[in-house]
Amino acid sequence: MKYINHAHTQKRMNIRLLKNAVAKTLFFLATLFGLIVLVALIYRVVTQGVHWIDMDFLTNRLSTDPEKAGIYGAVIGTLWLMAVMAPITLILGVGTAVYLEEYARKNRFHRLIQTNISNLAGVPSVVFGLQGLTVFVRGMELGAVVLAGGLTMSLLVLPIVVVAAQEAIRAVPQYLREASFGMGATKWQTIRNIVLPAALPGILTGVILALSRAVGETAPLVVLGIPALLIPVPDSLFDKFTVLPLQIYYWTLDSALVREYANLAAASIMVLLVILFLMNSIAILIRNKFQRRF
Amino acid sequence: MTVLTYRANPGDVLATAEEKAASPALNKHDVFSVSDLNLWYGEVQALRNINLDLKENEITAIIGPSGCGKSTFIKTLNRMVELVPSVRVSGKILYRGRNILDNSYKVEELRTRVGMVFQKPNPFPKSIYENVAYGPKIHGIRNKKILDEIVEKSLRGAAIWDEVKDRLHENAYGLSGGQQQRLCIARCLAIEPDVILMDEPTSALDPISTLKVEELVQELKKDFSIVIVTHNMQQAARISDKTAFFLNGEVIEFDKTDKIFSNPGDKRTEDYITGRFG
Repeated sequence: MKYINHAHTQKRMNIRLLKNAVAKTLFFLATLFGLIVLVALIYRVVTQGVHWIDMDFLTNRLSTDPEKAGIYGAVIGTLWLMAVMAPITLILGVGTAVYLEEYARKNRFHRLIQTNISNLAGVPSVVFGLQGLTVFVRGMELGAVVLAGGLTMSLLVLPIVVVAAQEAIRAVPQYLREASFGMGATKWQTIRNIVLPAALPGILTGVILALSRAVGETAPLVVLGIPALLIPVPDSLFDKFTVLPLQIYYWTLDSALVREYANLAAASIMVLLVILFLMNSIAILIRNKFQRRF
Repeated sequence: MTVLTYRANPGDVLATAEEKAASPALNKHDVFSVSDLNLWYGEVQALRNINLDLKENEITAIIGPSGCGKSTFIKTLNRMVELVPSVRVSGKILYRGRNILDNSYKVEELRTRVGMVFQKPNPFPKSIYENVAYGPKIHGIRNKKILDEIVEKSLRGAAIWDEVKDRLHENAYGLSGGQQQRLCIARCLAIEPDVILMDEPTSALDPISTLKVEELVQELKKDFSIVIVTHNMQQAARISDKTAFFLNGEVIEFDKTDKIFSNPGDKRTEDYITGRFG
């Protein structure tokens, strides 16, 4: 008894292959669409901004005169922001992840925390800005300074860092922990000597990607009242500061008044893109260099 | 031998070589004395009324079909079974006279005396040297010279020294599976345990590596008491002094290996070792 009619199958073969080709084309077009938009965007930015990028643009402070204006202050402000965020997110994020993955009992409370962390990762960034404004800028009377901005941005990316660190810790095979416990190591010795070293590349990658997201954020800082038109360059945690995305935002707004500001914005976008590209490259390098075969 | 000094009470556990030689084989001390051991994973009972005495300097093989509780039993002896959430244990396991299931018994302390070798070779992603030095280091040995001695002694003890002595600082993942397993045995020897638990240590190895590990186990018997879980009945017959046959979480028969394999007392044991099931 045969169930497959080969003559019939043969007849239907062409229509099946055709459907396959159609599906392939559709998916390719979907990819192409995103690609074209991205290329167009970059093309526009580069053609508009490339003539404005030179050493002076990178090293000059802000000025109302487009010819003299530079982004030195914004770049330094961005670096300050990262300097505040990196240690805070690393310590709090990894601490939380280690607790949840290694110490906490997997009960209802654990699930509650877990769900809320995932939810927090999806909260609009402007909400974190409101929180920062209430707690850090006004509550603690810090004002719109580096520390307040850094703390706010840390809150914003903390859930992302926690989830990334959790994933990295979870990826450490259980048999390595067992080997360590089996020799009489305590939980902490196992975490410090076995789990964290093995999870570190994943954790660092997560932190860098989270930082790069924060570096491109604008909304929370607008809410905090970070000024865009700021001449002095910050040199402590308690100085006022501005960052690249804000600079871009205000230059774009004001391009209605001074046309050249649009070009300055484009040039700044290029700088920001290069910074983000570098950070992502570092993350990828770390991941590849330390990738372990378990 | 001087490296023994970091033990809390070096004298109280290991009899000296002279004492061992003097004591007649029949009068060996109990290392483990298990009574009325029951264990549940959630609602499922995995071990039922286990009663066993494991003697010093003997190799005890645990055999039985998959899912019969062999691995669960051996992991109870160093309380690794507690890593599984929802596990419940009742009964008594005396290790050298003290009940390890007591809350006051610290697992870390137990596991420095009762070492374990796992089914799959599981070296740390560190150098060969660091793998072996790991145990002593977590127990507080910092002196480089002593660590060097422990590493060499342990690697020699695991019959792998000659193969790795020129690349101690290379990553352990560069070793073959069989070498990795002997490295794991060396790592276990480095904490100078009293008992070594082996959970199917050769199931992931090729026949030649298996043979080497088997020879090693026989060698280790001089200094350690060994409990080995195995799927391989020839292996149990070849290397063990006593054999326990487990079925559905119960000990069906526990006797001298010769007796079990030549003249089993229970029909089910006979059926199993003659390959009629399992």
